[in-house]
Amino acid sequence: MSHLPVLPIVLPAALAAFILMTMRHHLELQRIFSIAGSVALTAIAALLVARASDGQVHVYELGDWPAPFGIALALDRLSAMMVALTALLLLAVTLYAVGAGWDARGRHFHALLQFQAMGVCGAFLTADAFNLFVFFEILLIASYGLMIHAGGAERLRAGFQYVAYNLLGSTLFLFAMGALYAATGTLNMADLGVRIAQLPAEHAALARAGAALLILVFAVKAAALPVHFWLPGAYAAAPGPSAAMFAILTKVGVYAILRMRATAFPESAPALAGLSEAWLLPAALATALIGAAGVLGARGMARLAAFGTIASVGTLLIAAALFTPQSAAAALYYMPHSTLAAAVMFLAADMVTERRGDAIAPGPRMAHHALVAAVFFLGAVALAGLPPLSGFLGKLMIMDAARGHERVAWIWGVILVASLITLMGLARAGSDVFWRPAEGEGRAENREQDEDDAAAGPGPAAPAQPSAALTFVAAFALLAALAALTVLAGPAMRYADAAVAQLFDAGAYADAVLRRP
Amino acid sequence: MSLFLIAALPFLGAVLPALLVRASRNAAAGTAAGATALALIGVLTHAPAVMRGEVPMARAPWVPSLGLNANLMLDGLGLLFALLILGIGLLIILYARFYLTRRDPMGKFYALLLLFQGAMLGIVLSDNILMLLIFWELTSLSSFLLIGYWNHLPEGRQGARMALTVTGAGGLAMIAGALLLGQAAGSMELSDIIARREAVQASELYLPALILILAGCFAKSAQFPFHFWLPHAMAAPTPVSAYLHSATMVKAGLFLMARLWPALAGTDAWFLLAASVGLITMVLGAVTALFKDDLKGLLAYSTVSHLGLVTFLLGLGTPAGAVAAVFHIINHATFKAALFMTAGIVDHETGTRDIRRLGGLAAFMPVTFLIGAVAALSMAGVPPLNGFLSKEMMLHEAAHTAWLGSELALPVLAGLAALFSAAYSFRFVAHVFLGKPRLAHAEPPHDPVVWFWLPPAILASLTVLIGLFPQSMAGELVRAAAGAVTAGAAPEIKLKLWHGVNEALMISAAALAGGAAALALHGPLARVWAVVAPPAAKRAFDALVGAATAAARRLTDALHDGDFGRSAAIFSVFAAGLGAWAWTAGGAAPLGAFPAALGPTPPIPLIGWVCLVTATLTLTALHRHRLLALVLIGVTGLMVSLTFSYFSAPDLALTQISVEVVSIILLLLALNFMPRETPRESSAARRARDLAAAAAAGLGVGAAIYAILVGDFAFAPISEFHLANSKTGGGGENVVNVILVDFRGFDTFGEITVLGIAAVLIYALTETIMAGPVRARLLNRRPAEPQAGDAHPMMMVVATRVLMPIALTVAVYIFLRGHNAPGGGFIAGLIVSVAFVMQYMASGFSWAAARQRYPYHAFIGLGVLVAAATGMGAWFNGKPFLTSDFGYVKLPGLEKFELATAALFDLGVFLTVLGAVLLALESLARYAWRPNIASAHPMDIDPTRDEAAQREEGR
Repeated sequence: MSHLPVLPIVLPAALAAFILMTMRHHLELQRIFSIAGSVALTAIAALLVARASDGQVHVYELGDWPAPFGIALALDRLSAMMVALTALLLLAVTLYAVGAGWDARGRHFHALLQFQAMGVCGAFLTADAFNLFVFFEILLIASYGLMIHAGGAERLRAGFQYVAYNLLGSTLFLFAMGALYAATGTLNMADLGVRIAQLPAEHAALARAGAALLILVFAVKAAALPVHFWLPGAYAAAPGPSAAMFAILTKVGVYAILRMRATAFPESAPALAGLSEAWLLPAALATALIGAAGVLGARGMARLAAFGTIASVGTLLIAAALFTPQSAAAALYYMPHSTLAAAVMFLAADMVTERRGDAIAPGPRMAHHALVAAVFFLGAVALAGLPPLSGFLGKLMIMDAARGHERVAWIWGVILVASLITLMGLARAGSDVFWRPAEGEGRAENREQDEDDAAAGPGPAAPAQPSAALTFVAAFALLAALAALTVLAGPAMRYADAAVAQLFDAGAYADAVLRRP
Repeated sequence: MSLFLIAALPFLGAVLPALLVRASRNAAAGTAAGATALALIGVLTHAPAVMRGEVPMARAPWVPSLGLNANLMLDGLGLLFALLILGIGLLIILYARFYLTRRDPMGKFYALLLLFQGAMLGIVLSDNILMLLIFWELTSLSSFLLIGYWNHLPEGRQGARMALTVTGAGGLAMIAGALLLGQAAGSMELSDIIARREAVQASELYLPALILILAGCFAKSAQFPFHFWLPHAMAAPTPVSAYLHSATMVKAGLFLMARLWPALAGTDAWFLLAASVGLITMVLGAVTALFKDDLKGLLAYSTVSHLGLVTFLLGLGTPAGAVAAVFHIINHATFKAALFMTAGIVDHETGTRDIRRLGGLAAFMPVTFLIGAVAALSMAGVPPLNGFLSKEMMLHEAAHTAWLGSELALPVLAGLAALFSAAYSFRFVAHVFLGKPRLAHAEPPHDPVVWFWLPPAILASLTVLIGLFPQSMAGELVRAAAGAVTAGAAPEIKLKLWHGVNEALMISAAALAGGAAALALHGPLARVWAVVAPPAAKRAFDALVGAATAAARRLTDALHDGDFGRSAAIFSVFAAGLGAWAWTAGGAAPLGAFPAALGPTPPIPLIGWVCLVTATLTLTALHRHRLLALVLIGVTGLMVSLTFSYFSAPDLALTQISVEVVSIILLLLALNFMPRETPRESSAARRARDLAAAAAAGLGVGAAIYAILVGDFAFAPISEFHLANSKTGGGGENVVNVILVDFRGFDTFGEITVLGIAAVLIYALTETIMAGPVRARLLNRRPAEPQAGDAHPMMMVVATRVLMPIALTVAVYIFLRGHNAPGGGFIAGLIVSVAFVMQYMASGFSWAAARQRYPYHAFIGLGVLVAAATGMGAWFNGKPFLTSDFGYVKLPGLEKFELATAALFDLGVFLTVLGAVLLALESLARYAWRPNIASAHPMDIDPTRDEAAQREEGR
């Protein structure tokens, strides 16, 4: 039998444990193993995608116990795609952290990063709702570690809020899971779906409350209004590469919403009819707007990126809230875009912060000024959803999918207005940071330097970076992925359509997971 | 040449100048010109076919599900614009090579210019409205970079941002409009849309689509009230202005109106919106232009006015209007580009663009004067130049159209615009080139090198040639383009200079005379204008953007100020509300409809309940006293353990108890570094709010638990399977343990990882904290409390030493029996931890740690690895991860006993727990470290002391 589906969990876990055990004091070795692990995970993810493309749900029963009694992993197109996205991001973030020397500023960066990957991949692969909780815990604690990496008072304060708020979410997860178990007697997602569809009316209220609260937990993860308060401070205070890695965390929430709504909480069931959209859609719209407002009002680069993430997730949640096959396909297309764009933005913010501080204000010219500006500009284009990068196509798809919805004017209006506000905020920030010369810096000097920008070595403000080249390789790799997502939008959309068809075929999923004939 | 290649050439070309600028500036300009020329040749090869009425196409699917395809076509309209974009682009490239100074990064300039050119070309070649949108937004982006090219100038940055904001906002409106239009037409292909006029105009989506699309076009083409960005875009280098504002960027809106003309035009709404806005813009722009003292400002407002003119013509909705519009697009492009270039030459040679400081340049710069004069007179509409022809056509249309019920309004207003147009054109010539020199030049200005004035000269001669021989110079092109705009409905066109004496000619003559008069009266008129001029739109725009930014900042900063209490309160209330809503929604269950009460309560649980509630309430009331709070938490934990025990869950009770012990110890250690009391930091109102939120959440949870307790499973729970299969399948009688290490061993694998990460994290956190200023503060810390006299009492040391082997034995026992009776690796790990913790407590951390040889990190790593390796062992058996195996072994002299792989997995759990607890302890201990804290002896009293003292004495 093939053990492929469990590898994205076991490999990073074992690697992280191995790093902890044997190479705590050897940063170079850690780097080698961490990069090698990320490459391996990327290769595994490619195999998973290839495997999932046959349209089957590949079930892996842990401990050889049949679901729903044991824990099963289920690999389908959606899971494979999300694991691949994680692997890609992990690789870029690892390279960036090594290049920028972030991994040397505290302990255990690489181990925590691998543990983080384990948690995220597990959340994407598991078919068991309680197991999902476990992976949420792993990714929460690992991300907390990454967040407070390298310390500092502000970071520790923000980190406490982050972890405390998310523990509230975890607590709610347990309550919701308890209610669902009490109503249905099962923890497996597919089994939940089957049982809820046949649930007697007297148990409906409990199941409904449980389901609503569970979706709320995922909304916390996704940072939807009004449970998004943990994100801006935490992501803004986190080290750049950590924040870039966190771009996938909000998507775990969105993924879980899609997965649970399709598999465990069938809204065709009388017990759950119309449960999620009623509040999720307004929340998503408000999220997009508050994110955009935050981008416009941000005083610091990292906070700008953090609010950009929220705006992007809000747009994504709109698609997830509508939950038609078309909108879900749009969401699946927008998901990698949103992840990569946010990650690029955090990397760009970190590049600026490392060179001249976080403030969105005129400052001295930086080392590699033109390159950093290019990363920021392209990241901003992506984040604002402008052509030629994939965000534009994604927004078009989401708007297209909202056609015929009774609130289509609201949805379109919010998406477009949020785009405009984001655009204005990004233009302001870019202009202030990259264009406006600091007081006393004359025009002549400015122009002289422009000519030989690429040749410029590290300027006076350059930080001690082991390899600035590596950081740019990482950032441009992410941008290249965005470009590929744009050019290959046709095939990507075909994959998304197929993934959604599979996602919405809850019967086939349940047949595979529960081994029904 | 394939249309794909033509469209791609500028983008491919954009890479070269940036790379080649190091070779030489000529190389950069040369490659840019080469790419443009190639694309131009490509377009020209298609020209004969297009003139014959064919429409070359290139199609490639991109995102078919969205209706977005990379379909290109080249019809008459596209041909006209492509020629303008590439032809004038070529001239601009040549011109810019001499305009830019050595200090301007030329590679970047050409790269951006070609990027913009490619985007523009894409717009006019697109056959798919979504594809067109992509290029449309690309022009906004690339023009942002071009306008902000001189980004050290504040005007450059502000102008760029304003242009981006306004055209970007228009572009977003366009997106919605395009999607609606595509829906109404049932296709996203432009060639389909324009063929489905009836379907589009009959659709209820027509009006919203029209408004949104026109908003986009107006924003792009600087129509009232969005016109204000254009003059501020003049901060760009002059070649950019010449390109963007004569032939390209601002014409994109006109292009789209012309492109969609067959589908959208001809309705009252179209006429009212487009013609009116065009008319207003035309008049307003012309009037404002007269009073601008900046040469480029004058040209900017004149551009606004002429764009209004074309919009007006398109808005008329008549084929003749469309023909005139197309013709004027050509004419405007030629004379306006020439004028901008002339202005650039004047600026370049004299160092100023202020009309008030210029004058009499004709004597110094005869060539420039000639070029400027010809182009300006064309703009004024003086025969026989091309501007005259299209203006006549416009006036002719205006004279024959009623507007808002008035026959007279249009001719009068159009005439007024023509008058001011003539006036500012005359001013451009008279105040700059004629009269007395007003600038004191150290060195008199002179005509530039020939390559610099050649591009505008070519354009100026075109204005003459088209004016004299309209039919042979532009007739075919206008016919092809107008044919495309009107979808074949255009009348047979015969462009000619002389139409005989008609209304248009009379209005025109009056306008020219009036223009000359207005120029003569410029001084007094300017003083009037200074009083009545409408307020600067820039100030309003800046105020609006500033207010929006400030509001956004206030809102988001206030909401996200890191107030954890508030966000937690919002979370609690929202969760409680959502749960209550979900419970009642659908009408299945009202909020209060719980089943009847539980059965009678036996006394023991009641006592426990009272203890629990008392402890909790006391804790809430006295939580500021930290030590007391800890004790009360201990009480709660104990009650929970007893509850587990009461409900026959000894495993859980054991686990809970050991977890309690360990965590209370760790918390006590942490408390050591904190004040005894939590300070009161929040106001009474805030505490009331938090109380309400907490009560809502608490009551919600209570209600949910009650509902769970009184309810029953609707289906058989999965736990029945666990009970049935524990012994036969998992080889253990203790179902809880089998669940933990087998049925759901994967969860446990995850949870020990969490535990391990948490410990590692505490360690890393300590490491970073101790590297900072905190370390010094800790070293200087004076304990608030008097310290115990004996830190390491002998009684305790002896007791813990005695307990150590006992505890370890118990742990082994608990570990081994785990699979069949209460126990297991987790509890065993905690017991061993406690045994170690006792040693640390008794003899001090440093003393004990010095006798501990294995790093705790390794325990954690090893634990996770052992668990993972156990899981992977199953692979060699052909089974999934974590599949357990067990068997019974009989050794001589011993009873038959069981060996299970689950025990190995449990060993992993054990190691991780042990490592995690001890690593946390070690980390906490580091805060208390100070020099010489390590005692040489395990206890305060050295038992060997007396002996040593005697030896000392004996010496």
